[in-house]
Amino acid sequence: MANIPLDLKYAKSHEWVRVSGDVATVGITDHAQHELTDVVFVELPEVGRQVKAGDACAVVESVKTANDIYSPVSGEITEANQAIVANPALVNTEPYKGGWFYKIKLSAHAEVSSLLTPEQYQAQIGGA
Amino acid sequence: MARSFAIFTPAVNEFRGAAKLFLPGSGECANAQPMKRTPLYAAHQKLGGKLIEFGGWEMPVQYTSITDEHLAVRQAAGLFDISHMGEVLVGGAGAEAFLNQTLTNDLRKLAPGQGQYTLMCHERGGVIDDLYAYRLTPGDYLLIINASRIDADVAWLEKRLAAFPGRSQVMFENTSDTTGAVAVQGPRVVEFIDSIFPGPTNGGTLVARVTDLKKNQVGSFTVAGQPVWISRTGYTGEDGFEIVAPGQHIEAIWNQLLAASQPCGLKPAGLGARDTLRTEVCYPLYGHELDENTTPIEAGVGFFVALDKGEFVGRAVLAEQKGKGPGKKLVAFKMTDRSAPPRPHYPIWSTGPAAAKVGEVVSGTQSPSLGIGIGMGYVPPEFAKVNTAIEIEIRGKRSPAVIVSKPIYRKPD
Repeated sequence: MANIPLDLKYAKSHEWVRVSGDVATVGITDHAQHELTDVVFVELPEVGRQVKAGDACAVVESVKTANDIYSPVSGEITEANQAIVANPALVNTEPYKGGWFYKIKLSAHAEVSSLLTPEQYQAQIGGA
Repeated sequence: MARSFAIFTPAVNEFRGAAKLFLPGSGECANAQPMKRTPLYAAHQKLGGKLIEFGGWEMPVQYTSITDEHLAVRQAAGLFDISHMGEVLVGGAGAEAFLNQTLTNDLRKLAPGQGQYTLMCHERGGVIDDLYAYRLTPGDYLLIINASRIDADVAWLEKRLAAFPGRSQVMFENTSDTTGAVAVQGPRVVEFIDSIFPGPTNGGTLVARVTDLKKNQVGSFTVAGQPVWISRTGYTGEDGFEIVAPGQHIEAIWNQLLAASQPCGLKPAGLGARDTLRTEVCYPLYGHELDENTTPIEAGVGFFVALDKGEFVGRAVLAEQKGKGPGKKLVAFKMTDRSAPPRPHYPIWSTGPAAAKVGEVVSGTQSPSLGIGIGMGYVPPEFAKVNTAIEIEIRGKRSPAVIVSKPIYRKPD
């Protein structure tokens, strides 16, 4: 059963968002890492890049496939997690902790409220 | 010809009855054609296998993780469902002559109970399929063909047979839908396989036990009263065996292998690991390294083209190409820096001031054994030498790589 922390918001495309003031931290969900398995490479957006919600802004690669990661929110990238570049397996082992992807300064805070709640995300991936 | 002809003669009637196992799938896929399922479909579901489409079949890509399954095969043992692969039987007094004019390798080198890697080409030398040909008895041959090529191969063989003067002396049967197969691969397979398939053989190579078979030998065994053919072959670069049995018996064999191998650390392994294992040892996969626009000479498998055996389809073109040298060559490469894994269709570039796109990746992955990106691709001969620096274009950026000798992965001594 996938871990879906109750204090986060979720995108349909399997990213999570943790909001703290006007900065959000973004990563991929436990369900997503489980589906990918064996993350071997991560490509992150450059700090300073402006992204819009829905933009492909990172790439996560398993042994078998390359997958785009879509930003759930708009804003400016303020930090990229180099730890997962050096050790991509963190995405598998700590998807909500050491496996975060980037931090983003929100330019449209209202977008957060349109993201999925934990219950809605749970319903999307199936199971009670 | 009227004579009933099967590799599993004792079970032939029951065998035919198994066709219902191959009814099309539930139609969940997006393709117009529903996906086919092997007799091990339920076993894959029970093991939590993640199912994908491959060559028209619904097959497990992995059960737990490609890396874990890959390393299990390299270090201990892995069990693969290969029931999707096709089986064609060719027998009779004219079988050897017919096949030797249709396939590239020299079938006359096979003693009964031996197999060989071979290819089937069209007149222009392009590859219709690559396959294994086994001589089961002095006059009966079993061809193991790629799942995605069963229809194309059977159509080609039937067309060739219709034009073969000695066709009245050739029996031909496509038993793909009623035949199952598994591959059990890895250094520890020899520790448990004899306990499941008691010897001696009653056909093919005559040996007392399975582990007495040598590489490329095949023998028939009886398990629970059922005939099975076992060959010492595989697609992983490890020691191992492939077991061909009537479709309705393959799940029992699968379960016995899973049970008997527990102390040795065998894992069921999916097509993902099968692909990374074969890529590390540079075995071609049809649709990637091989297709109808590529010759065996270009693909570097000219060793399996017996130009000296007499006439066969494609011979003139292949002989000329072998003499002059091919216009493109299949190379193996390793990424030299930390980079994203190479993937099929990524451009290959030369380096230096005149850097240009010189080819394309046909297979590429992160190597679970080596921990770096590896792949194969086609380039002009001047870029094909070992140690040549190249670059792989990944999402618009070029990353350094180097041509290496095949296989990319070698077992430590």
